[in-house]
Amino acid sequence: MSFVTRGFSGRRRDDNPRLPPGQTLVNDWPVLSAGPTPRVGTAEWELTISDETGADHRWNWDQLLALGVEDVTVDIHCVTHWTRLDMAWRGVSLDRLFENVESGHDFVMAHSYGGYTTNLPLEDLLDGKAWIATEADGEPLDPEHGGPARLLVPHLYFWKSAKWIRGLTMMPDDEPGFWEQNGYHFYGDPWKEERYW
Amino acid sequence: MSAQPLAPPGAARPRAAWHAATVTDVRRETPTAVRLTLDVPTWPGSEAGAHLDVRLTAPDGYQATRSYSIASATPGGVVVLAVDEVPDGEVSPFLTRELRSGDQLEVHGPLGAFFVWRPGQDDRPVQLVAGGSGVVPLYAMAAAHGATGDGTFFRLLYSVRRPEDAFFSDELAALTGPSFELDVVYTRAAPEGWAGPVGRLDKGALAAATIPASHRPRLYVCGSTRFVETIATWLQELGHAAADIRTERFGGL
Ligand SMILES: Cc1cc2nc3c(=O)[nH]c(=O)nc-3n(C[C@H](O)[C@H](O)[C@H](O)COP(=O)(O)OP(=O)(O)OC[C@H]3O[C@@H](n4cnc5c(N)ncnc54)[C@H](O)[C@@H]3O)c2cc1C
Repeated sequence: MSFVTRGFSGRRRDDNPRLPPGQTLVNDWPVLSAGPTPRVGTAEWELTISDETGADHRWNWDQLLALGVEDVTVDIHCVTHWTRLDMAWRGVSLDRLFENVESGHDFVMAHSYGGYTTNLPLEDLLDGKAWIATEADGEPLDPEHGGPARLLVPHLYFWKSAKWIRGLTMMPDDEPGFWEQNGYHFYGDPWKEERYW
Repeated sequence: MSAQPLAPPGAARPRAAWHAATVTDVRRETPTAVRLTLDVPTWPGSEAGAHLDVRLTAPDGYQATRSYSIASATPGGVVVLAVDEVPDGEVSPFLTRELRSGDQLEVHGPLGAFFVWRPGQDDRPVQLVAGGSGVVPLYAMAAAHGATGDGTFFRLLYSVRRPEDAFFSDELAALTGPSFELDVVYTRAAPEGWAGPVGRLDKGALAAATIPASHRPRLYVCGSTRFVETIATWLQELGHAAADIRTERFGGL
């Protein structure tokens, strides 16, 4: 179903082929959050990967950065219909974090400070596709945008890039996180417009 | 976990889908906003606080989509929206200036199962805080609360620039009573005879016009991103738990 809207011609047209369907290009950085912004200092910040053996892999702020910070320039697509192109990020590749994690499980639940969760397939986090981001636009990531650190999974809608990231838990099955329980899609491919289910 | 949904996933929430809507009424809501009444025969109804996406299509196939909160919380096929014009925006000026009765729109929804109020959800009082057009989903909650005769105590703090900028002013005034209290803050100009202060909300004024943290209200805050950030921070400083504060950020500054 789709029909022409009488009188509408559109004024922010952009034929950029990098714009997924239903998205509008922005230069600012809108905020999608379900509650107040948690404020977590880097001194108390910690990231844990938990696998099925019960072993926890843990990094504090300095240990995270010591794994090696990369520059990443990617396009960001938010489910609320905005897209930013060529956004400059810095962060640690999840390949580095998963180097010593042995798990037979294929799915991951990302946990945030503040209690939010979102689910992802493990393969979407590996092979240079995802980071723990600590800087954006040349600045430390501010709390509104998920600082001190957020997941960055640019090939999926941006809610999958969990703000205020604190943990990744391996799961045998794909279980819905907070956002998915509230109507957002389990996977969230912007090119297929997987916004809601 | 502070961000648990109140209802189990899969509770009778209507599925989001595309619907064809026909505009049946367009009327001025404020000097910069319109109220749109849509007839959507296939609409499954929505919970108070939910939103939908409006998609506009140009003759050459170009499309623009934006989210709008649903002001109506009725089960039937009538959906009411209230749209404020963002200067130089793409979609809102079209909706506020160009749209007229008889036009058709595509809408996708209902969307959002977290920023909602469900009658009988629990017995805690409810504090709503709105800035400008951010009152739309909160009006839906207040109206649903009024319509169901739910006895929970509700209070709405509504920040507007001038009296004429208030959305749903008559409807909100009509809802006031023993279980719904309305407080309006005027940031630029107050109505004639107004005894209270005029100016931006500050933390003290917020504390004075909202349910205290000791009563453990559930709080819903909606407006521009900046408004929501500021209010949510102050509410936490006033002792409210982050988990009790739900927010919807409309964008802008
Ligand atoms: C869940 C949700 C519910 C919403 N409900 C409503 C509603 O009930 N009523 C309503 O009027 N709007 C609502 N909005 C805002 C709406 O979706 C649009 O963002 C708004 O109408 C502007 O769209 P536009 O195409 O006119 O402007 P655009 O062309 O998208 O933007 C123009 C410029 O204005 C800025 N801008 C975008 N949104 C706003 C804003 N809200 N305030 C100030 N500046 C802005 C943008 O950053 C951009 O720079 C809601 C947004 C969300 C996310």
